[in-house]
Amino acid sequence: MSSIRCRQLCKTFKQGDEIITGLDHVDIDIEEGEFVCLSGPSGSGKTTLLNAIGGLDTPDSGEIHMGDIRIDRLERGPLADMRLHHIGFVFQSYNLIPVLSARENVEFVMQVQGVPAAQRSRKSLEILREVGLEGMENRRPAQLSGGQQQRVAVARAIVTHPDLVLADEPTANLDSVAASHLMDLFVELNQHHRITFVIATHDKRVMSYARRLIKMQDGKIISDEPQ
Amino acid sequence: MTRLFSQFKTILTLSWRNLWRNHRRTGIMLGAISVGVWAMIFMTALMRGMVDDMLNQGISNLPGHIQIQHPEFLDDPSVVNSIDEPRGDLLAALENNGVRVWANRIKVPAVIMSERESRGINLIGIEPVSEADISGVPARISKGRFLESNQDKGLVIGAKLAERLETRLGKRVVITSQDPDNNLAERGFRVIGIYRAELAAQEESNVYAARGTLQDLLKIEGRVSQIVLVDDDYRNVESLYRRVAAATPAGLEVKPWYEIDTYLAVMFNMMDGFVLIWVIIIFLALSFGLVNTLVMAIFERVREIGLIQALGMRPGLIVYQILLESLMLLLIGLIVGNMLALVTIKPLEDGLDVSVVAEGMAMMGAGSVIYPSLTLYDVVLANVVVILLGILTSILPAWRASRLDPVRALNTH
Ligand SMILES: Nc1ncnc2c1ncn2[C@@H]1O[C@H](COP(=O)(O)OP(=O)(O)O)[C@@H](O)[C@H]1O
Ligand SMILES: [Mg+2]
Repeated sequence: MSSIRCRQLCKTFKQGDEIITGLDHVDIDIEEGEFVCLSGPSGSGKTTLLNAIGGLDTPDSGEIHMGDIRIDRLERGPLADMRLHHIGFVFQSYNLIPVLSARENVEFVMQVQGVPAAQRSRKSLEILREVGLEGMENRRPAQLSGGQQQRVAVARAIVTHPDLVLADEPTANLDSVAASHLMDLFVELNQHHRITFVIATHDKRVMSYARRLIKMQDGKIISDEPQ
Repeated sequence: MTRLFSQFKTILTLSWRNLWRNHRRTGIMLGAISVGVWAMIFMTALMRGMVDDMLNQGISNLPGHIQIQHPEFLDDPSVVNSIDEPRGDLLAALENNGVRVWANRIKVPAVIMSERESRGINLIGIEPVSEADISGVPARISKGRFLESNQDKGLVIGAKLAERLETRLGKRVVITSQDPDNNLAERGFRVIGIYRAELAAQEESNVYAARGTLQDLLKIEGRVSQIVLVDDDYRNVESLYRRVAAATPAGLEVKPWYEIDTYLAVMFNMMDGFVLIWVIIIFLALSFGLVNTLVMAIFERVREIGLIQALGMRPGLIVYQILLESLMLLLIGLIVGNMLALVTIKPLEDGLDVSVVAEGMAMMGAGSVIYPSLTLYDVVLANVVVILLGILTSILPAWRASRLDPVRALNTH
């Protein structure tokens, strides 16, 4: 399932009378287990591309395939199922459901998937320990620092062993220590669990972790190189 | 199956916690629902009590739940339109069919004269043993006593009539009427009892004598005007009516109360409709608050809805989550509202004295004390209306929340 093929993706936004280019004929292939950074200045289309790959947004034209499935044509329901079972998201901020504790946030996706409670509980405790949040399982998001919240979000994104993790500026609100912790964690998860990572960032520190760096500008891919 | 259960638990947790996120708003809405439900049930019980009272009084004025009489009698209650006392099949049906009370009655127009005044009245010949259950007059004697046997020679008149005639207890009056051959039938009676009634008109016009005494006076040995039946519950006389009608000889007319007095029937039949309208009006008032509460609750967490969409919660599940939240709000409001209604109605079981405003009520035929009547039907109706319509009005906001564009939602701050 996890190889991704994007063909000729185009997306424009209307803002008043202005037409803004989000994606301009983008082609990419991402193979299973890759660790990819999408870089580029603000407004270059990174988020738009991640959202399209993750099925949160549909392109105006072009095709997106995940494995054998063409996802840009799916209805809301099947798209939701695809995200539930195959994709983990980490956003820039406000990643957590405020009324749920750290552990409940981590268990959320598993609970919707229907994973039995005992298994859920074991996995969530394990993963929270792995991301360094042992002892904070029962805290609500408001009782956690920004870095801790991001780690809960990461724990939630990976606990179900998705095929793909899409992270949009995951370090934007973190100090450099927290940022490097998070990136170390991504790398480790990528290596141990063979989870594909696509990380959008304009943070140089993050790019240094990439094994493939895709640069975007004005909705186009301007370079795509292994590191 | 386990997946559905697990998903249900997820939305249960979300709903419950989201509900208590804004204590103030939830509290206000709960208060509104509780008071609304209380008003539905409490006012309905009062209305029912009042109407029940009106109907009971109306029926005791007819009197009876079922009457058997000459087909012309209701139009022309003259002595000519009398019938034989029941015998044969009819008597057997009356005696053996579990009829709670039945009695022969005579009712003819007559003139009553005191030393000073004379007035036209309804002269009613009753059987004293059963009269308490039929018209209730024996219980409303204010002076003297009620008639004691079918041959009692006394006369019971209303307080108002006594006043008009300028007579009083123990005095003699003369009653004049006609026998079936149009001969004058006249007799002196001693006033042995004075009664009071809710309706002044009744006090003034209904005069009671013993059935046997009147048969002698009117020369109608073995004949009566009506046979009157009272069963346990006026709401439920259909089957008795059918059995009695089957045993009644041809040429006689059998009528249940709702055919005798169509005004009472209309009142009775409209009651359920009134209750429903009342309940729905209150619900409509509540529904604005409910929808507003939901819309606000959704508006406050657009981002989260985007998030749970991104995490892979299907739109349908989001709809259920919000409906569940609404249902919880409704259920808590209902529990509190029902309890409020119970604890406020309970102390009024012995009657709510509304004599301050009773004059208007008496005009409508109700007493000055209301006995709230709490029926399971009304309670269930109020609860079902609130839940069903509450869920129904929640569907649109919930559906719209589930159709939010996840990208836009996620970018809301
Ligand atoms: N919902 C939207 N409405 C209007 N313009 C948008 C919207 N989303 C993105 N854009 C525009 O599309 C372009 C690409 O945006 P984005 O993908 O968010 O860039 P990046 O993530 O690289 O900063 C930008 O010019 C941005 O302003
Ligand atoms: Mg972006």
